[in-house]
Parts: sequence; C-alpha cells; structure tokens
Amino acid sequence: MSSAGDLLHVVTNDSISAGRKSFGRAIIWGSAGVLVLVAALQLAQVLGWQDLGFQTWRPTLYAYVLWAICLCWGQVLLHGEHGKRTLFVLPAALFVISLTVFPLLFGLIIAFSDWNLSSPTGRQFNGLANVHQMWADPFYWNAMLNMVWYTLAILVEYAIAFGLALALNAEIRARKFFRVAFLLPLMLSPVAVSWMIGKSMLEPRFGPIARLSRALGWDNPSFFESPWIAKLTIMLMDAWTFIPFMMIMILAGLQAIPKELNEAAKVDGANGWRAFWEVTFPMMLPVSITAILIRIIFKLKLADIVINVTSGGPGGATDTVTSFIFREYRDRSNVGYGTLLAMVYLVVIVIAMTVLMKLADRFARPRT
Amino acid sequence: MTETPPPPAAAQIFYDSPGDQAFRVRWWTGRATVYALLILWSFICLFPIYWTLTTSFKMAPDVMKGHMLPWVDFSPAWLGWRSLGLSPDTWGDESTVRAEFLKRFSNSAIVSVVSSVLAVVLGSLAAYGLSRFSYKFAWMRNGDISFFFLSQLILPPVVLALPFLVLYKELALLDTRIGLILLYTLSVLPIVIWIMRDQFSSIPTELEEAALVDGLSIWGAFVTIILPIALPGMVAAFILSLVLTWNEYFFAALITSTHANTLPVMVASQTGSQGISWWSMAALAWAAILPLIVIGVVLERYIIKGMAAGAVK
Repeated sequence: MSSAGDLLHVVTNDSISAGRKSFGRAIIWGSAGVLVLVAALQLAQVLGWQDLGFQTWRPTLYAYVLWAICLCWGQVLLHGEHGKRTLFVLPAALFVISLTVFPLLFGLIIAFSDWNLSSPTGRQFNGLANVHQMWADPFYWNAMLNMVWYTLAILVEYAIAFGLALALNAEIRARKFFRVAFLLPLMLSPVAVSWMIGKSMLEPRFGPIARLSRALGWDNPSFFESPWIAKLTIMLMDAWTFIPFMMIMILAGLQAIPKELNEAAKVDGANGWRAFWEVTFPMMLPVSITAILIRIIFKLKLADIVINVTSGGPGGATDTVTSFIFREYRDRSNVGYGTLLAMVYLVVIVIAMTVLMKLADRFARPRT
Repeated sequence: MTETPPPPAAAQIFYDSPGDQAFRVRWWTGRATVYALLILWSFICLFPIYWTLTTSFKMAPDVMKGHMLPWVDFSPAWLGWRSLGLSPDTWGDESTVRAEFLKRFSNSAIVSVVSSVLAVVLGSLAAYGLSRFSYKFAWMRNGDISFFFLSQLILPPVVLALPFLVLYKELALLDTRIGLILLYTLSVLPIVIWIMRDQFSSIPTELEEAALVDGLSIWGAFVTIILPIALPGMVAAFILSLVLTWNEYFFAALITSTHANTLPVMVASQTGSQGISWWSMAALAWAAILPLIVIGVVLERYIIKGMAAGAVK
C-alpha cells in the first residue's frame, strides 16, 4: 500500500480549543516525566546511591505503560479526528517497538559481556572475548552448516507439497476428509510430535517404523546414531509437520488459476505433463516463492523437535542454531555468549533473507 | 482390430474408437494413482495419531509385541489414562498427576487464548489503519510501517529469548502468565497483520464512505460496518494464533519453571525422565494434542482460509 493519500477521505472541521491542546501536551509530557523520574530513582537504587526499597523494576514498567496510554490519548486530544486515525496503528506499533527494539538494544549490551546468570558477580563487559570464542567454536559453525542442509530440504518438501496439492485439486470424492487429514500434522505441537514419532515410533526395538524397516531388510534400524541418518530423520519429522502448510498455500494458488487456461492448453494439444510445466507451474511461480520464503523463515526457527528428540546429538549432527543456544544457556547459563551467537545468527538471517527476497523478486517477475 | 469387418446390424452401432478406449484406461489409471497417493498420505498423516491413541490403552507386553489393533490383537486397558488420573475408575479420587495436568492445561489455555485475542485486536486495528489511511511516523510511511510489522516474522525467537530472560528477571515477570502472554502476542502479531491486511483490502471503501455520510465517525464505521464483514478473517487469524501459541515450546521452556508452565513443557519434561512408561506418555501426549485435533477437524475451513491469505494476490 504505497499509494499517497488516504483511500478513505474524511473531511472534518476539528476546532480544537487551546485548552484541550495544552491538556494533551501536559499529559504526554507529564507521564513522560513520571517515567523518567521513576526510572532515575530505580537507577539510583541499583547503583547503590540510595535505598528506596524497590525490589524490582516493576514501577518503571507501570510508568512506561502509563506513558504509552497517555501518548495514545494525547493523540486524540491534540489532533482530533486525525489523532483517532493514528490510534489504529499506534498501539500495535508501541507494543512491537517496546517488545523488540528495547530487548534487541539490551541484547547488544549483553552480547558483549561475560554474564553467567547463576554466578553472583553479575555482568562484566568483556569486549570482543565472546566474538573470539565464537570464532573458535566448531559446534556453532557446525550448527550453522546444519541450518543450510535443513533449509535445502525445503525443496524436497516443496515438491511433495506440490504433488499433494495437485492431487487434492483434482476431481476427487471425500475432498474434505483428505483436507482435514492432511492438515492435522500441522496442528500438533512439535513437542508431542517429537514424542509420538521421534521417541516412540522410531524406537529401535518396538517402534512400528523400526519394525517396518526390519521387515524391509534393514537389520539393525537405528535412526539417531549415524550423523546423516539422524539429520535425515529430523528433516523427515519436520517435513511431516510442515508439508501441510506449503500444501495449503499451493492449493490456494491452484484454485485461483482460471480453468480456461488448462482447457486452452488441452485444446492446443498439450498433454498433462507439458500442460503442467508450461501452464500450471509458471502460473504458480509467485505463490510457490511466497510459500518457500515463509517456509524458510519457519525452518530457521526449527528447535523444538531437535531439543526434545536428539538434543543435538550425535556429536552435534542434528543441532540447529536455536537448539545449540538453548543448550548453551541450559547447561552453562551463559547469557552473554548465547546472546552474541543469537545476534550473529540474526545478522546472517537478515542478510540471507534480503538476498533471497531480491533474487525471488527478479525470478518471479513475469518475463515479457 | 482395424481389420474387423463392419458389425452386423444387430450389433452395437455406436462404439468407442480404440483411441477413446485408450483414453478411458488412462483416465482410470490416473484416478487410481491420485487416490492411491491421497490414501497413502492420509495414512502417513493419521497413523502417528492413531498409534499414540492406541498405545495409551496398551499394556507392556502389547507394546513389546507391536500389537496395533484394539480388540483384535490386544485388549484395551486404562493403564495410561489411570496414571494420569483421567480414567473412569480414578475420576473421583484425588490425583496429583491429574492436578498437575489440569494446571498445565489451564495455563496453556489461558495463555494461548488471551494472547491470541490480544494479537487479533492489536493486529486488526493496525491492519485496518494501514489499509485505509496514509501515515507518516517520522520517516516511515505506510509501506515502511507494514514492512516493520511483517519483518518481525523473520526475527528468530532465540534472539529475543535471552534478553527477555534477563529483562523479565528484573521486572519479576519470570514464570508468570503475563510474561508469556506478552511474548506470544508479539510472536503471532505479524501473522495476524498479514492475514487481516489481506482481509481489509478486499472490503471496498465505499462502505465506510456511505457510513460516514450517514454520520458515523471513523471508529463507529469500523466497529459497526467493517468488523462484521471482516469477522471470518478475524476468526481465521485467531484460530491460527491459537494453534501457534498452544504449541509454542521454546519460550515456555526458557522463561517458566513452576507456576506458568504450559502443556508442551510438561510433555517435554516427562520425555526426559528415565524409564518412560509408554502408555502414560502416550496418554499425556494425546491429551495435549486432543484440543488441536478437535479444532482442526471442526474449524478446518478457517485455518485453510487463514493460511491461504496472502498466497493469492
């Protein structure tokens, strides 16, 4: 929505009195003053200048909430009808800013310090020591590499999802049943899935999948012992939960293709295979790219299954960056180092996604 | 075939040419492949759920021998559900496991419902504003603001997790439901905005113009005219947020410990312990996924609608 000007034109003659305006300014600045004052008092307490009996930073939080409310209210007081428009977006914007921007800035400070939550010494700046540690940490880079493999698995998932969407889009009976059945894996929590499949069905002695693979001639099925099989198993479990997601997006795209196109292709003598590659697939390119990009975003957050099934083993073969940092915190409660790793990960993701989106944009543009 | 003499008059006059018959065969094999594929994949999707459900009624030997069909090769027992205190014969008794389970269940329910409602309210307002008016906050125009909201989707939870852990510790929000609710709202907000933006931009602005001419204010027009039309989209966004927040494990595992634990954390903590009894784990896992299976079966239409939003422009 980049068009200039409102889609909805509202003409009002607001006559806002000077008193109302000054009241509006007063509550905004007044509450800001309260916020600053409370924060300053708490800071004084933390730095040990004065003991004012604050246990936590809660009062500052309340002052912040008060300021946010006053800011929203003040918009209406100051700008009348225009302020009421601002009120649509402002609460969400304030919410997101206060919950991401502040923690991220705070995280930057943490990232460059040595901070063990369980040790009494508290936080100490240690400059670039964390960076050096990260540079020499083979497990972190291994986890990064694993993320590349996991992301590449999306291509296979996409092919399967496309096939299923085509099957669902065909003239079939009981479509609703199949849709519900295909959707169900997406609804299940990854933690439950990691027990249901990872721990019980893949159990090497009695699990049904182990039994099946023994019947098929694999003598000693073990799914989590050799690195590549373990990685593959994690990929399969993740694919099982997320294929429905891609399938539904592709199905929506398929249903939006006008039927005439395929009929025209048929009249022109294209058989099913050629009609697919020359009509359906190119038509589906934008939807496919959206689906794959969103899927990549979700894949980069992959952790729950890994944490619960293999906890990164064997030897870090299944580690994702998230699960690695999770264990880094769980085992060593090393907040500083973990945060640095996460920050580096964020930078890598942002760069990678920007490049991917640019490439996708160029690729998806209709060729003339 | 081609050399056969013309059929006698009594025989069938109209018959399919060999080309058409070949087409018929192809059509039938095509059908068969499609159905085989569909049935195979539904089996893959449904079997783990079925397996978990039946395992929760098995006894140790049944698990070892790999029995699968209740009443055919094993006789169902309430073993797994009894250990959770949820079987008919233990229903009246006191049970610490059941109390624990119900507490986690209600935590999960409260956290996911409240955060989804909050996300839908905040997200719908923002999406409506962005689809109707042009804003300018500092240097940011509508496109930038939309991008700002949607870009939160890329932010991996692990980046926020540790700063939040420390912040919550300072704010005494660690291990509280409010802390979880705030985080969950944040994590589903971009998705809600994504869905609702799509929804609102499909509603013609003439509707509000008419309402404004009739003397309603902007907010009045929004609440009385637009909201009822956009309701299906809001339900879709709500259900999708509900699913995501109900299943969330990572934040819950980090910032809750005893009071605000959600169901996934309970399931995960049972998995880790030594000597898991399969039947009780299966019962627990199944109880944890049951609400979502019900939602999935009953509200499937909305979930699909929500996920398809934005796929097709």
